[in-house]
Amino acid sequence: MSGALVVARHAVRESLRRRVFVVVLLLSVVFLALYTWGASELFDEVDAFDGNEFDVQPDTLAGATVLGLAMFAILFLGAVLATFLTLGAVRGDAERGLLQPLIVRPVGRVAYLGGRLLAAATVSAVYVVVLFAACVVVTGVLGWWPDRVVGPALALAGAAVVIAALSLLGSAVLSTTANGIAVFMVFGAGLTAGLLGQIGESLDAKTLDRIADVGSWVLPFEALYQHGLSLLTADVEGPTAAIVNLGPFGGAQEAPLALWPYAVAYVAAVAALAAWSFSRRDL
Amino acid sequence: MVLEARGLIKRYGSGVVALDGVDLEVGEGELVGLLGPNGAGKSTLVKICCGLVRPSAGSATVVGAPAGSPAARAALGYLAELFRFPGWAAADEVLELHQRLSGSDGGERERGELLELVGLADARGRSVETMSKGMQQRLGLAQALIGRPALLLLDEPTSALDPVGRRLVREVLLELKRRGQSVLLNSHLLSEVELVCDRVLIINRGGVVTRGRPDELARPRGVEVETAGGTRLFEGAGREDAPRIVSELVAAGESVYEVRVLRSTLEDVYVQAVSE
Repeated sequence: MSGALVVARHAVRESLRRRVFVVVLLLSVVFLALYTWGASELFDEVDAFDGNEFDVQPDTLAGATVLGLAMFAILFLGAVLATFLTLGAVRGDAERGLLQPLIVRPVGRVAYLGGRLLAAATVSAVYVVVLFAACVVVTGVLGWWPDRVVGPALALAGAAVVIAALSLLGSAVLSTTANGIAVFMVFGAGLTAGLLGQIGESLDAKTLDRIADVGSWVLPFEALYQHGLSLLTADVEGPTAAIVNLGPFGGAQEAPLALWPYAVAYVAAVAALAAWSFSRRDL
Repeated sequence: MVLEARGLIKRYGSGVVALDGVDLEVGEGELVGLLGPNGAGKSTLVKICCGLVRPSAGSATVVGAPAGSPAARAALGYLAELFRFPGWAAADEVLELHQRLSGSDGGERERGELLELVGLADARGRSVETMSKGMQQRLGLAQALIGRPALLLLDEPTSALDPVGRRLVREVLLELKRRGQSVLLNSHLLSEVELVCDRVLIINRGGVVTRGRPDELARPRGVEVETAGGTRLFEGAGREDAPRIVSELVAAGESVYEVRVLRSTLEDVYVQAVSE
């Protein structure tokens, strides 16, 4: 087994033994229960609009809105998981004396970082995909299936991987607490870019649109999220689309195909920067 | 040479000079002790040798490979002064992880032998968080021995141990010497170093102030003779001078009751070296 895989296996094992996944599972079950309840109530409410004079499809409106909001919540939960799995991977573990015995082994620092990234990225990506799939099924059973499922799921997974990579980079240069604060501020900055885009689109303000575009590419978890969001209602048209866009879909932007290779290159560059910083650090 | 360091200098960003041109060699099967007060640079020297700290100048090689390189790391076992293993892991799991990381194919047998060697055979399935500090330190020593490394870098391996634990570590060190493994032992316990080490280096303020074999460093201090007129000290005299001193005193009419040859201990040498 390669060094990175040994480290990844150890990191996942640690989360299992520390019951991190049990806590995550319980909270996710609570989230899903609340989601099911809320979505069910919403679908019941919009039944009253069936056959309205504007030809708005009530189930599409309810389903798209509530699943769009769920995507935001899933991204947040995935970000929390990715961050906590990598928060103190370098400086935190070095300060506690956990890191030194591992990296004097032949696997070395780069493999150690690779293993930690592999573990955090895989766990958080699988988590957001499973939770999203559960929300899609609940929404579908209640009355609306999104236009695309695989694209949004992959976009969410990609966003979680980007956040894991950024948190790992932070762990190489910042203390655990400072890194936690920094990652959530970066996460907030990405969301702010999305909100600016939504406002810019509503007011037709080009400058705001431009700021939002730049922001979401500098922090591509936001671009991936917006892209995934837009795919949920890719085929919805007419008055329904206009009303749906007033909700969480206002900031949704279908991204060019280049987003995917860009996100891969971004994660690779962030990981390389983390490895470079780590390799220069005295422990 | 298993470990060779030439002109090692380490300056930290704050302007602190931790090492100021240290040379060091550890031969095959040799046990070298590193002594010095707190802040002398001992731990920095050990960390440079295992690649945790980058030197500002100079070089260090382990089995001919640059310190910190994969080949050098593959040849060494390291026990840090301040270390921790995951609290949730059992002793056996800690060793298994390090076997995987070091590529050791010793399997369960190696783990069992190492736990037996450090007196933890009964604690194989016990989690680290339920172990005393001394037990954790012995587990750390077992971890360092995985894969039978050519060089062991042990930074204060007995700091948390009781006298029985210290004796056990001493026996392990002597066993390593018998097996032909080399050891660089960083310790505050002069008696321990004196008992097991082939050579000793005393470091102070980042530089080597004294080096040599423990018996060479412990020089004669004089001959003390108890006579009817009181105790007399003949400074600088050695064991070979004792018969002559006694016969001269007897010839002079003195009654000699006791003769003691005094030697400076390693502690005397150490105190003198770090006080200069």
